[in-house]
Amino acid sequence: MDRTTRTFRRHSVPFRSIVVLLFLALAASLALLATQAMGQDNVLTGTSNGVTSIRIAVADFKPLVAADPQITTFKQTFDTTLYADLASAGIFDIVSKSLMPPGNPGTPSEVQLQSYSNAPAGAAMVAFGSLGVTAGKLVVNGFLFDAKNLQYPQVLAKVYSEEASADSARQVAHRFADEIIYRLGGGIPGIAETKIYYVKILGPFTKEIWAMDYDGANQHAITHLGTDSISPRISPDNTRLAFASFGKYGVQLKMYSLILDRYVNFPTGSVSSQTPAWDPSGNKLAYAAAPNGSFNIRISDSNGNLASQITNFRDASSPAYNPKTGAQIAFISGRTGLPQLYIMNSDGSSVQLMTDGGYASSPSWSPNGQTIAFAWDRKYGPGAPGGQDIYIMDVATKKWTQMTHDGGRCDFPTWSPDGRHIAYANSADGRADHTRIWTLLAAPDNPQKRPLTDPSADMPNWSWK
Amino acid sequence: MTYMHSFQPKSFLSGPIRSALLLAVALATVSGCHKNVASTQTPDALAPTPAPLPPMPTATLTADPAAIDVGQSVVLNWRTTDATTATIDNIGPVNPNGTQTVSPATSTNFHLTAKGDGGSVEASVRVTVRIPVAPVAPPDTTATADMGSETAFHESVADIFYDYDSSDLRPDAQASAVKSASYLVAHPEIRLVIGGYCDDRGSAEYNLALGENRANSAKTALVNAGVAPARIRVVSYGKEKQFCTDETEACWQQNRRAQFSLDR
Repeated sequence: MDRTTRTFRRHSVPFRSIVVLLFLALAASLALLATQAMGQDNVLTGTSNGVTSIRIAVADFKPLVAADPQITTFKQTFDTTLYADLASAGIFDIVSKSLMPPGNPGTPSEVQLQSYSNAPAGAAMVAFGSLGVTAGKLVVNGFLFDAKNLQYPQVLAKVYSEEASADSARQVAHRFADEIIYRLGGGIPGIAETKIYYVKILGPFTKEIWAMDYDGANQHAITHLGTDSISPRISPDNTRLAFASFGKYGVQLKMYSLILDRYVNFPTGSVSSQTPAWDPSGNKLAYAAAPNGSFNIRISDSNGNLASQITNFRDASSPAYNPKTGAQIAFISGRTGLPQLYIMNSDGSSVQLMTDGGYASSPSWSPNGQTIAFAWDRKYGPGAPGGQDIYIMDVATKKWTQMTHDGGRCDFPTWSPDGRHIAYANSADGRADHTRIWTLLAAPDNPQKRPLTDPSADMPNWSWK
Repeated sequence: MTYMHSFQPKSFLSGPIRSALLLAVALATVSGCHKNVASTQTPDALAPTPAPLPPMPTATLTADPAAIDVGQSVVLNWRTTDATTATIDNIGPVNPNGTQTVSPATSTNFHLTAKGDGGSVEASVRVTVRIPVAPVAPPDTTATADMGSETAFHESVADIFYDYDSSDLRPDAQASAVKSASYLVAHPEIRLVIGGYCDDRGSAEYNLALGENRANSAKTALVNAGVAPARIRVVSYGKEKQFCTDETEACWQQNRRAQFSLDR
């Protein structure tokens, strides 16, 4: 006992200094890491937060009954959709079709992993599988294998069974793509099953709210009001759609239940109201209302009751909640002249100007709460050079990055729920009826812009999940 | 604010006698009958004045406040000089100088008659009683109230045009609003809608706010010029309804306007 105590005492001083030394070393390495992080690109979005692009080969799936004519259609839809989902995900370096080894393996025993990992394909991952129709059901077996790990290659194995239809083939491909993206993309769920709500331009002063899949497929009407309906915002749980529509009292909010397939009451009286924004809990709605001749921001519950006004400026509209916290709101106000981007706490306090001039509009707060996307014309005015483009701004530092250049008038950016994509509206020649919806990766060096719709689509709003 | 009204005649003839004399002279002049002219001449008027007459009384009557709500009271205050008796209608004989608190149920004219050796004099004051009126439903919009023709309306009520990104009224718009307001005041049966419009540059959502501000600045100009605000409805169309779609300043100017139309 005595010896033990003495031993402990004898070692106690050096032991403590070792602990201190270890702690100092840890602190120093942390500080070094922080310095490195600060030296990086100031824009931290889902595409540039440390995940390197994984080279992936996507094999065409093998039809189980080769002779079935239906299978050919389904297989084509499935292959195209899966390839497009993974190619546009923003985290993969996809092996082009021409570099793929011959044949399409349907089962793990048929796959020659080395033929995918060797040049020219050089893939780190291989997605493959089979699909067939049995008893009116489309059955899909999907696999994701690690091409470099020959001993235990299987990363993912999924079986899907759905009503046999082209739509099912597309949906199953989306779901399988989301599984792969979730597994390989740092644990952020994929967006292949998300929707985009938007304004379909049908004629002068005739706009309806439409919806489509995230890739532009399955475009269909939600409203049939025969008037001008704008600014759709889908609730976080995908059950309700808030938007603004013109009637006897001018523009007013309306609410459509996607569960009940009908409009639900949203009391507005005779006051103009527009630009709804859901708080991330789905229990509150911020919007702009003009009770006294100018729009200011109100917050009500999701049924339009218990409204309270939180700004009192010359005008304030287009609120957008910080979806990460719900504690802040970005908005647009012309209180000092041309419209500028502001943020404030969601009780109306701590109003902060974010832009330093020009003409700013349409904020959308990124899912991680760090970045705001908005439209900005930095040299706005008659005869001024430049145009209205999409920008993203780091909220903490107000550093901004221009995402579109010289492509015509851009507006209404909206973040995908994984924070990797931004959908927006663009009119190449500036004419309103030529506006179409595009999407880009929130990676300024490689935005991979592509159109999702034909002309006459505007004001996209990406679903929360 | 006290409303006061009093007579202080300077003539040595008392009021009623002078009125009768004037009336007689007027009648004679109008009739043009020479036979009657002679008969209107009174011997008294032509007789020499025997002695200085006693001074004419004077009287003032005030009410404070001049306007009250039902149930409230008002203080009447009267002062006379050279009067022997004073009477206020509705109250009866009173002291030559005095005050009294009254609470009339309806708007009333208080009338003071003061009599003295030199004649009698009158003063009166009106107390307005505000009686709350139950709100009446606005006139049925389907009723065929005659608002006149569209042509007449648009001839007199011109659209107002705005500068770029502005909802302030320009000097020409101020004059136009005054002209429009005078027509609308003269035609109280007209109800109107003011639409706020913007050119197609900039954001759709911000332009709705700008259109709202434009329509309301036009409404304010009309209201300041005397048009009842209840007759005016305001609708912002932002850049959703374009009057013309060329990308020229002339076209943009056409779109940047507050447009007036009949609210049928």
